[in-house]
Amino acid sequence: MSLIKAMQLEKTYVTGDIEVKAIRGVDFTIEPASFVSFIGPSGSGKSTLLNMIGCLDPPTGGKLIVADQDITNLARNQAADFRGNTIGFVFQDFNLIPVLTVYENIEYPLLMVQKWSVGDRKKRVMSLLEAVGMADQADKYPSQISGGQKQRVAVARALVTNAKLVLADEPTANLDRETANRIISMMKTMRDEFQTTFIFSTHDPKVVKSAEVIFTIEDGKLQKNGSEVGGTHV
Amino acid sequence: MFNILKMAAKNLTRYRRRTFLTTMLITLGVVAVLLFVSVSGSFKTMMIGQITDSMLGHLQVHRKGYLASIDSLPLNKNLNQKQVKKLEEILRSEEAVESYTFRIKLGAMFSNYAETTNIRLNAVMPDKELQTMPLLGDRIIEGEKEGLLKKGEILLPELIAKGMKVKVGDTIVLVANNKDGSVNGQSFLVRGVLEGISGPGGRDGIMHLEDARSLLRIEEMEVSEVAIRLKSIDQMEDVFNGLKAQLSSMTNKEGKPVFELHTWEKLSPFFNIAKMIDLMTLFIKVMLVAIVLVSIMNVMIMAVYERINEIGTIAAIGTRPGKILALFVTEGFLLGLLGTISGTIISLIGITAMNLSKLTFNFGRQTGLELAPTIDASDIVVTVLIVIFIAVLGSLQPALKAARMDPIAALRHV
Ligand SMILES: Nc1ncnc2c1ncn2[C@@H]1O[C@H](COP(=O)(O)OP(=O)(O)O)[C@@H](O)[C@H]1O
Ligand SMILES: [Mg+2]
Repeated sequence: MSLIKAMQLEKTYVTGDIEVKAIRGVDFTIEPASFVSFIGPSGSGKSTLLNMIGCLDPPTGGKLIVADQDITNLARNQAADFRGNTIGFVFQDFNLIPVLTVYENIEYPLLMVQKWSVGDRKKRVMSLLEAVGMADQADKYPSQISGGQKQRVAVARALVTNAKLVLADEPTANLDRETANRIISMMKTMRDEFQTTFIFSTHDPKVVKSAEVIFTIEDGKLQKNGSEVGGTHV
Repeated sequence: MFNILKMAAKNLTRYRRRTFLTTMLITLGVVAVLLFVSVSGSFKTMMIGQITDSMLGHLQVHRKGYLASIDSLPLNKNLNQKQVKKLEEILRSEEAVESYTFRIKLGAMFSNYAETTNIRLNAVMPDKELQTMPLLGDRIIEGEKEGLLKKGEILLPELIAKGMKVKVGDTIVLVANNKDGSVNGQSFLVRGVLEGISGPGGRDGIMHLEDARSLLRIEEMEVSEVAIRLKSIDQMEDVFNGLKAQLSSMTNKEGKPVFELHTWEKLSPFFNIAKMIDLMTLFIKVMLVAIVLVSIMNVMIMAVYERINEIGTIAAIGTRPGKILALFVTEGFLLGLLGTISGTIISLIGITAMNLSKLTFNFGRQTGLELAPTIDASDIVVTVLIVIFIAVLGSLQPALKAARMDPIAALRHV
């Protein structure tokens, strides 16, 4: 059973009289535990597509099924709950909460989105701190760590809820090449460890090489349908 | 819930100075209200206590028409024996009446054998008067306080004692016209000097009712004024209405009512001052509400605006809109709470300090009145609740804005 199934998916933005067809009827499927990248130039529709998969933006046409749920039309609270339970997000600008420590940032979804007991929470946060190699920085605030470290914390926050799917919209755009590669390979390690599907977008052909499934998107259309490269994708 | 509180508290630490200033502003407002309520309230209570407990009583009954000409202290508008008896019956059956006292009010010529002046006097039964006016003894500033006075004695108002250079133990003469116009004189021993207080009757002397009857050659029981003390001033409205109904049913041969009944509020101009004080208290409370509303709204609007990106983040990762709303409202609530707590503490310290330093003030001719401000727990509770309610109200609109934000738009915001 596929994790994601998109059928004739469309997104048209209407601003006044102007219509922008950001996604023009795309079909694709993504399997569980895969490591997927959408690549395309700026304005090609990567963010729009990821936002639809992430249940942040409803499609204007077609159908979208994620983790066995039709998310084409969800109410606000339903959408929030769906995101909180099924999806983890990693952002281009890291988006950590500045008044919370590294530890508290990772703990946040377990407190404010899901309800975990104190003991479980602690165990879970500690194990993710270990997994992303930030255990020794747990009490630091976001302003006290580097960009790469912030993104590690963000990946830990995305994974902490046992999300089935992590969406990362240009997660390396604000990082130098070396750090970018390390973050991508760390995400891959996380995929191996937690069997979580990772989807990231990028406009950088060098970054995309690490992906196992690559979708090239241009002008709101997919160029190749999920070409598999090298890798160990099952 | 606890998580939201903790999170909101953390958010308040972002801009410590801003949080501090807003809290200070609310604190200042709370202190202003509580100190004003405390000082003006104690002043009011003290003045009202003095008026009702040493001069007017809570209610007064006169013969219809007496008050209209009270300035000339007419003797032909007194209540007669039959009317007094009737009134006594009614007052005895009234549960809420603690005691009452009969007075003959009269004007007389006062002579110290060298000079003569006018004097206004209340002639009373000492026991009844003391029972009805428990603070009257405190107004005797010279001479024996116990038992008020005996027959043949007189308590002089401060002004006359000073002006006529009369001391306790001196003998003076009173000359008065009785109802028919004939003149009579009698000598009295000055038993003490009475401190004057503000308001009508506040500068009258006191003599024994029996002496007044012999001076004025009154044979039967006759009374110009009945002052009534209630068990509690809070019952005044009810008792007034009850008594009024009973008294107005009593009419003379022409079908006109015999009695007139008034509360102290109608008799003393201080009631208007008391009402002014209440009005000012209300104004200051409105100011407090405005201060809290504006400062909290201002801070929370800023907070939401600054954190749009963060709101987008927490919304994207699954925080429900209701929780985001709660987060911001709680932040405003905490600001209000912080302000009221520090405001209340500072106010209580201020009130204690005022009591310790024994502040005095003057009012009219009264000097050296001691201000002993107190504050009711209920006043504190009401103020705290108002501030917190307004704080929550003020953060509601910005919080709603935050909760309704579209996560994508918020995330894209720079
Ligand atoms: N909210 C929006 N309103 C109108 N047009 C939009 C909106 N979001 C994106 N678009 C348009 O949709 C197209 C795809 O944008 P986007 O998905 O952000 O591309 P990418 O992430 O690949 O740079 C662009 O032409 C962009 O201008
Ligand atoms: Mg984009």
